[in-house]
Amino acid sequence: MAADFVIEGLKANIEGKEILKGINLQMKGGEIHAIMGPNGTGKSTLASALMGHPKYEVTEGTAVLDGEDLLEMAVDERARAGLFLAMQYPSEIAGVTNSDFLRSAINSRREEGKEISLIRFIRQMEAKMKELEMNPEFLHRYLNEGFSGGEKKRNEILQMMMLDPKIVILDEIDSGLDIDALKIVAEGVNAMRSPERGFLVITHYQRLLNYIKPDYVHVMMQGRIVKSGGPELAERLEAEGYEWVKEELGIEDETVGQEV
Amino acid sequence: MAKKAPDMEEYQYGFRDEHKSIFQSGKGLTEEIVREISAIKNEPEWMLNFRLKSLEQFRKMPMPKWGGNLDDLDFEDIQYYVRPSEKQGKTWEEVPSEIKETFDKLGIPEAEQKFLAGVSAQYESEVVYHSMQKDLSDQGVIFTDTDTALREHPELFKKFFGTIIPPADNKFAALNSAVWSGGSFIYVPKGVKCEVPLQAYFRINSENMGQFERTLILADEDSFVHYVEGCTAPIYSTNSLHSAVVEILCMKNARVRYTTIQNWAPNIYNLVTKRAVAEENATMEWVDGNIGSKLTMKYPAVVLKGRGAKGSVLSIAVAGKDQHQDAGAKMIHLAPDTTSTIVSKSISKHGGKVTYRGLASFGRQAEGAKANIKCDTLILDNQSTSDTIPYNEIMNDNVILEHEATVSKVSEEQLFYLMSRGLTEADATQMIIMGFIEPFTKELPMEYAVEMNRLIKFEMEGSIG
Repeated sequence: MAADFVIEGLKANIEGKEILKGINLQMKGGEIHAIMGPNGTGKSTLASALMGHPKYEVTEGTAVLDGEDLLEMAVDERARAGLFLAMQYPSEIAGVTNSDFLRSAINSRREEGKEISLIRFIRQMEAKMKELEMNPEFLHRYLNEGFSGGEKKRNEILQMMMLDPKIVILDEIDSGLDIDALKIVAEGVNAMRSPERGFLVITHYQRLLNYIKPDYVHVMMQGRIVKSGGPELAERLEAEGYEWVKEELGIEDETVGQEV
Repeated sequence: MAKKAPDMEEYQYGFRDEHKSIFQSGKGLTEEIVREISAIKNEPEWMLNFRLKSLEQFRKMPMPKWGGNLDDLDFEDIQYYVRPSEKQGKTWEEVPSEIKETFDKLGIPEAEQKFLAGVSAQYESEVVYHSMQKDLSDQGVIFTDTDTALREHPELFKKFFGTIIPPADNKFAALNSAVWSGGSFIYVPKGVKCEVPLQAYFRINSENMGQFERTLILADEDSFVHYVEGCTAPIYSTNSLHSAVVEILCMKNARVRYTTIQNWAPNIYNLVTKRAVAEENATMEWVDGNIGSKLTMKYPAVVLKGRGAKGSVLSIAVAGKDQHQDAGAKMIHLAPDTTSTIVSKSISKHGGKVTYRGLASFGRQAEGAKANIKCDTLILDNQSTSDTIPYNEIMNDNVILEHEATVSKVSEEQLFYLMSRGLTEADATQMIIMGFIEPFTKELPMEYAVEMNRLIKFEMEGSIG
């Protein structure tokens, strides 16, 4: 079944300051939506608030995935309901190997007694790592510890591939990647495209969208989606920047919640 | 009237058996009791004198003013010697059935069959079971209880006993020297490498019991041995005392690893003196896990006496409700090019207290010596505390001393990250904790690592929030 994800009137605070001022967005399985916008406009806040980061307080709105409001759920329940966030700054966890972690994550989606077998798991993981051109030693490395920026991003994509989510949010997955790594990551994402799965790709730059072709492009400013369109919108933004959008909408300062 | 056991955290080895011992000294410490212990054991005159002098020493010495709170420790409320059975078993069938059942529950006979080269099981004051694989004895390895060693290997015994930790070393070493009973004696001949670990298991069953085992390990040149000890006891509302002395000599090029998984019941004072001497190019490794007890004061030491000797202490301490783990390490560099490493991992929760107390000492001869100390603490809630108290003594300019200490909480970011992949908060917390102690568990033999992980997971249940 194709995923159906509807965000309505989402507002969120950080430390009492409102950053998201009513986000509305509808997406279906098979679609790729890109959210673009300058720094400080609330893009990453949207990603974190949807996943349930404790720093963000959702004050209003819903985010309904296949009939269930994610915002009513704990972080782990959102994940098990099918939401995946590839993070901009993944945590490092010493002493926990990548493979132990991923196997636990997979098993958290399965009933007791129906855990994935070790052999099957290792085979799957090795195959996916090969696709992402990751050194097999990353199986046994501690989770993200001492990984370079690019290695961390690949590891996020690896987790996405292994966990098979319904809705994937990629939060600035292109930051800190050189062009070769970017291509590999994009190929990983493209390999996961399916009529069931939806993607929400958050990025500053149009560059990523050359490799991951969006169906819809949204521009965020001042904590809202201010403009939506097709792929041609991303191209215009790349060519002309954001000034024309601001002029068109009469926006002077596009940022939100920044100290003046 | 029996007092209700105080509200303690879950402890899974708190069961007791109804075994009736054949001799009990009764509570309190007198010269008569010391003489009686020596007489029952049929000891030579010199040992009786050693005990009596130690008793005198014990009485002269004040209680330590540092470390944990010893106010509730009443030396007159302790039984100093309890003899559980007439003789020691060489097979488990020879062990009294209640005692055997206890060790069965603790999984000792099973472990012995699977992965140990020798096992010693001490119950109260005496070793009730002892056995070692034949190929080790064929190579001249001696592994026996310490009382037997005094009878059967008097020369070796007298030459080294009490030389590394003399009775006057500290009040509890003096006490142990006066009333010691049981423990292990190991001698590994030149060039012999014991690839499979030897294990001793210490069990206290009675209330108000004092267990004072005495262990002496002699590793001759180029030899290797790995000795593992475990300990548990039932929970009582009153206090018991475990005060061991462990002396180890690593001769030239020898390597000894001594692994402890201390899981005493939460009514036990665990006041232990452990020290090794490492001669030229010898290596001494203490792997020290402290999970149980009411108060542990234990600082495994290595005296790096020969050029190029190496010492390491790798420890974890977990303190829960009403527990204080005052643990650490001492590295005493007396020779050139000696190196030492201390890695201490502590976890406090539910109001528990962990203290790292350590000494790095460099004598005048310690030219080119190096010490590296790393203390990491994980505090799980706001009621729990941690302290790091390092002492350094440096008498030589040409040494390197590195010290690094971190204190952390389970971070919100890490929890969020793991939970965002589907792990529950409990599983995510546990994963972070297990990762924190991984440098310790990875040094354990596989079977112990499994057991250790199980113990820690058990300890950590309900630690969230």
